[in-house]
Amino acid sequence: MLHPTEYVPKSYHPRVSTYWWLGRWAYAKFILREISSIFVAWVVVTTLLQVRALKAGPAAYAQFQAWLATPWVLVLNAISLFFVVFHAVTWFNLAPKAMVVRMRGKRLPAAAIAAPNYAAWVVVSATVLWILLRG
Amino acid sequence: MANRIELRVKRYHPENDQEPWFESYAVPLRKEWVILDALNYIKDHLDGSLTFRWSCRMGVCGSCGMDVNGVPKLACATFLTDCAPGPVRVEPLKNFPILRDLVVDISDFLVKLADAKPWIIRKVEKPLEEEYLQTPEQVDAYKQFSMCINCMLCYAACPVYGLDPLFSGPAAIALAQRYNMDSRDQGAGIRMDILSQHEGIWGCTFVGECTKVCPKHVDPAGAIQQYKVTSSIEWLKSLVLPRGAE
Repeated sequence: MLHPTEYVPKSYHPRVSTYWWLGRWAYAKFILREISSIFVAWVVVTTLLQVRALKAGPAAYAQFQAWLATPWVLVLNAISLFFVVFHAVTWFNLAPKAMVVRMRGKRLPAAAIAAPNYAAWVVVSATVLWILLRG
Repeated sequence: MANRIELRVKRYHPENDQEPWFESYAVPLRKEWVILDALNYIKDHLDGSLTFRWSCRMGVCGSCGMDVNGVPKLACATFLTDCAPGPVRVEPLKNFPILRDLVVDISDFLVKLADAKPWIIRKVEKPLEEEYLQTPEQVDAYKQFSMCINCMLCYAACPVYGLDPLFSGPAAIALAQRYNMDSRDQGAGIRMDILSQHEGIWGCTFVGECTKVCPKHVDPAGAIQQYKVTSSIEWLKSLVLPRGAE
């Protein structure tokens, strides 16, 4: 039998454009989700810097807070908030694809997998908010 | 409703053309007609040289996959009225070399499909008189993945496959998973060696478009993510129990 790669007729090989992701909203959304990881990393770095400033004493912490209040950091953090929320929402929505949970022989619907993720997110956020507002 | 609709069809004749070009045709806009009917009308009445694949006309054979207005679709399952008022852009499936007009070279997919070993592998075959019985639950575990008709719409929708042709691709992995989930199969370990490579499941960045364009609701994106979980568990097992992971 002829192996499928043995006969190679003349053909046109289209090239994938660098801007392939601009053609469809679904692709653009995927690229935004990938880019969101940069902003997630930024939030992690900011949090680590905050812990370091906290350890260094009140003066260092006040200086860190002043830096947080500078316009460019405010803008960057606002953008980061958007991307971190976007990252979390898309992640939770994708979770049911990877997790197959069967109960009584039937697969649980996607909403039943995503809902506990959202619930946990709300509980953790509410706890953090409670700790912050209490002080 | 207008009585005609314009189809802009991508043409490529390897003996004359350096690259593809578009040709427009006006075809009757009938509510019961799909893109495939329009293409057959063109071939019968307007231009006999137009080349495209088709067979069953009913979404079973998977031959007539093409890009309609930039989205991979089965030409036999895409109604003209849903594309009205037009013009409708009809192109060969993306990410494959074009052989002629709407016909693409599927050799790469055939090789990848065979590599995934989409058949039941047994370590020991039962005697011919014995049956391999399955419960409805056991059938249910793989049935969704078994609906694949090899139409390759998922490959056309997958930007990872477009950018990295070494990637095994959605359908091949979904079909591997179809047999891995089959209670009669014992070949999961053999398939794991091929599909756990970087070009296998780990090439997938979970764009998810393969699942959206699948005409048979196979959910290849789900299959790949589930395979990633299985592969990770197997890797962990091999770390904890290097000699007795099975």
